Amino acid sequence: MEMTQAILLTVATAATPLLIAAIGELVVERSGVLNLGVEGMMIMGAVTAFAVAQLTGSAWLGMFAAILAGAAFSALFGFLTLTLVTNQVASGLALTILGLGASAMIGESFVGLPGVRLEPIHIPYLTELPLVGRFLFGQDPIFYLSILLVAGVAWFLFRTRAGLTLRAIGDNHGSAHALGVHVIRTRYLAVLFGGACAGLAGAQLSLVYVPQWVENMTAGRGWIALALVVFASWRPWRVLIGAYLFGAVTIGQLHTQALGFGLPSQFLSSLPYLATILVLVLISRNRRLTMMNTPTSLGKPFVPDR
Amino acid sequence: MSLTSTDQPLLDARRITKTFGSLVACDAIDLVIQPGEIHALLGENGAGKSTFVKMLFGSLQPVSGEIFWKGRPVSISSPAVARSLGIGMVFQHFSLFDSLTAAENIALSLDKSIPLSDIASRARDIGEAYGLPLDPDALVGDLSVGERQRIEIIRCLLQEPDLIILDEPTSVLTPQEADRLFVTLERLRAEGKSILYISHRLEEVKRLCDRATVLRHGKVVAHCDPRKETAASLARMMVGTDIRIVHRNPPKGGDGEARPLLEIAGLSQPPRGPFSTALRDMQLVLHAGEIVGIAGVAGNGQGEFFEAVSGEVLQIAPDIVRIGGIAAGRAGISRRRELGAAFVPEERLGHGAVPELPLTDNLFLSRYATDSGTFLRGGALKVLAQNALQSAVKRIAKTMDVRKSGENPDASALSGGNLQKFIIGRELDRKPAVLVVNQPTWGVDAGASAHIRQALIDLARSGSAVLIISQDLDELLEICDRIAVMNHGTLSEALPIGEVTLEKIGLMMGGADAGHEIAGGM
Repeated sequence: MEMTQAILLTVATAATPLLIAAIGELVVERSGVLNLGVEGMMIMGAVTAFAVAQLTGSAWLGMFAAILAGAAFSALFGFLTLTLVTNQVASGLALTILGLGASAMIGESFVGLPGVRLEPIHIPYLTELPLVGRFLFGQDPIFYLSILLVAGVAWFLFRTRAGLTLRAIGDNHGSAHALGVHVIRTRYLAVLFGGACAGLAGAQLSLVYVPQWVENMTAGRGWIALALVVFASWRPWRVLIGAYLFGAVTIGQLHTQALGFGLPSQFLSSLPYLATILVLVLISRNRRLTMMNTPTSLGKPFVPDR
Repeated sequence: MSLTSTDQPLLDARRITKTFGSLVACDAIDLVIQPGEIHALLGENGAGKSTFVKMLFGSLQPVSGEIFWKGRPVSISSPAVARSLGIGMVFQHFSLFDSLTAAENIALSLDKSIPLSDIASRARDIGEAYGLPLDPDALVGDLSVGERQRIEIIRCLLQEPDLIILDEPTSVLTPQEADRLFVTLERLRAEGKSILYISHRLEEVKRLCDRATVLRHGKVVAHCDPRKETAASLARMMVGTDIRIVHRNPPKGGDGEARPLLEIAGLSQPPRGPFSTALRDMQLVLHAGEIVGIAGVAGNGQGEFFEAVSGEVLQIAPDIVRIGGIAAGRAGISRRRELGAAFVPEERLGHGAVPELPLTDNLFLSRYATDSGTFLRGGALKVLAQNALQSAVKRIAKTMDVRKSGENPDASALSGGNLQKFIIGRELDRKPAVLVVNQPTWGVDAGASAHIRQALIDLARSGSAVLIISQDLDELLEICDRIAVMNHGTLSEALPIGEVTLEKIGLMMGGADAGHEIAGGM
């Protein structure tokens, strides 16, 4: 029984960074901007969180610094693609490459140093409940933040006027502009939110997942987050399903490899990807609904005619 | 134009000028709108009507000129400012969001103080009050063009404007839907609201409007009372010269003798996207020497039908489409062209022509399969024969009167009407046995339209079969020998022109069979 809870906890830890980065990117893409720089923003968040926590001794300060770093890095992307109207795909890729390089440079002096862990919360009695106590009431703060983010984004997008405006811009930026909506300003805010989320996701990696700094420690998670957004057909709760599924199969295949069933390890390593794609394709097989949720102006540059 | 008149105009725009680069789109335009009048803004495509009203609505900024609103000078810097002054606009190309519901679309343009949850019921109330029924929870992408326009109008009315700008509102409506719109507009006028009505349909303007301002090439050429003018005199003001009248001689021989050149038998096709239309068991035969028109409101399957006939989408069985008697349902575009067919799609830029390529390349792209002997040389090397292409472009420009800057400009450098003449001329140059045209004169000025229509008639009379898909009923009645109606992906029987009336076609477009009662809606 304790074993089940331990596995659940590792699954949550593996899923949380994907979930946070993906929910941020979901908002960005719903506004019609494709930011392929998630990986770069995430690794900048990871190195900033580690460095600030190391220097100040406070994991909390590290976490906030990571959020700021991710947002600042995304502001660069926003300036390039929204103000200078450069190509979004190329700019996003450049952001990722820049992030990987810059983080390696910043982090060089931190390699091998002991990290500061963001401690799990502890609520008397509740945390000690059998079976689910630690999963529900004994995890790190970023886990709870990630769930709040999903619920918050879902509420924002589908229940508030600002969310409606954001979806409208993603559907047809020309019409939105004609209505007098501030397309560029809204997109900047969305891009900054996406960057802040990616930064937070990075902080989770270097403060919770493995509290140390290793070069390139995001290991492609930013790309998985990007894919999750698409396969979840831009719906927040489906991103949650996708992220946990990916986390679960990742942990599951690690245990399977340890037990050694004679299956090739490469096949097992690819299982999380296959399983996630399969399930998300199945839940989004209603083509009409999927296409309705797809932001029509995704990736298209917007220049107001004046 | 006295400044101290007692009945102050609602809107007084003085010497409004707008330039795009070296093009003067609007040149010192004056326009005065009184409270409680329907004011027509007339002009051909490209005369500057849309540019002008965009400045009144704040989506564009004038380079010079002044606007007085209720006697006060104002600067309309954005649509939000226009709305707060009391100016509402219903766009020609609707500014709606396909993936949002009707209520969400309406909410987007309303005051932020109105809670989202109230909007559906308010929209329904105002719709009922003005005879514009609406389902607030329907997705806009699923609605017909007429229903979308209703949303636009309700959205505009909910802002309680004093001036409503309508940009070509009837161009997408059936005659019956247009009649219903006029009733709504007259009701609004009776309530003291002013309407700026943009159109190039003269009969409508004569029937509805109190005053008219006519634009030509960005300048005001006349202020007049349309009810005192004739359609011909208004047309002369718009165009500057008399419009050439299209001459339609009757087809030679009886239908029985003519050879069928295009046969469509049992064409069915599932919808291909979330907002596309399914085609259901369509039947049509075109004979040599005749022009058949397909009427219908946009979005009833015309685009899908064109793609199926042109071979952009293949059929499940070869004998569903026969060209010149040969089964071509599984053949691609090039093969269908080789069988003698030619196609002109609706969208000029991007579908009919590549905007950033010169005319010679655009010519080659549609004719490399059928005329490889003329336009390619060097045997297996297949080098472009630039001289042959150049002279073909010159020939087409001459016969179709294509006005272009330079020898061989990019397609995007031509105006809409000239590019359309070129694209149709490119296909006519081949003397195709079958020509299928979708919206031949959409957004084309009157002079060019007349030229295109005459060319289509001439092609048919020389022994080809011509199929025209159009939403312009007047055009179809002018040039077709038979007319069929497309509605919700079904195609009616093609009626000989002698049996067709505007009213009958209108009813069929709305879903009723010819000679039967109107069947209920969807």
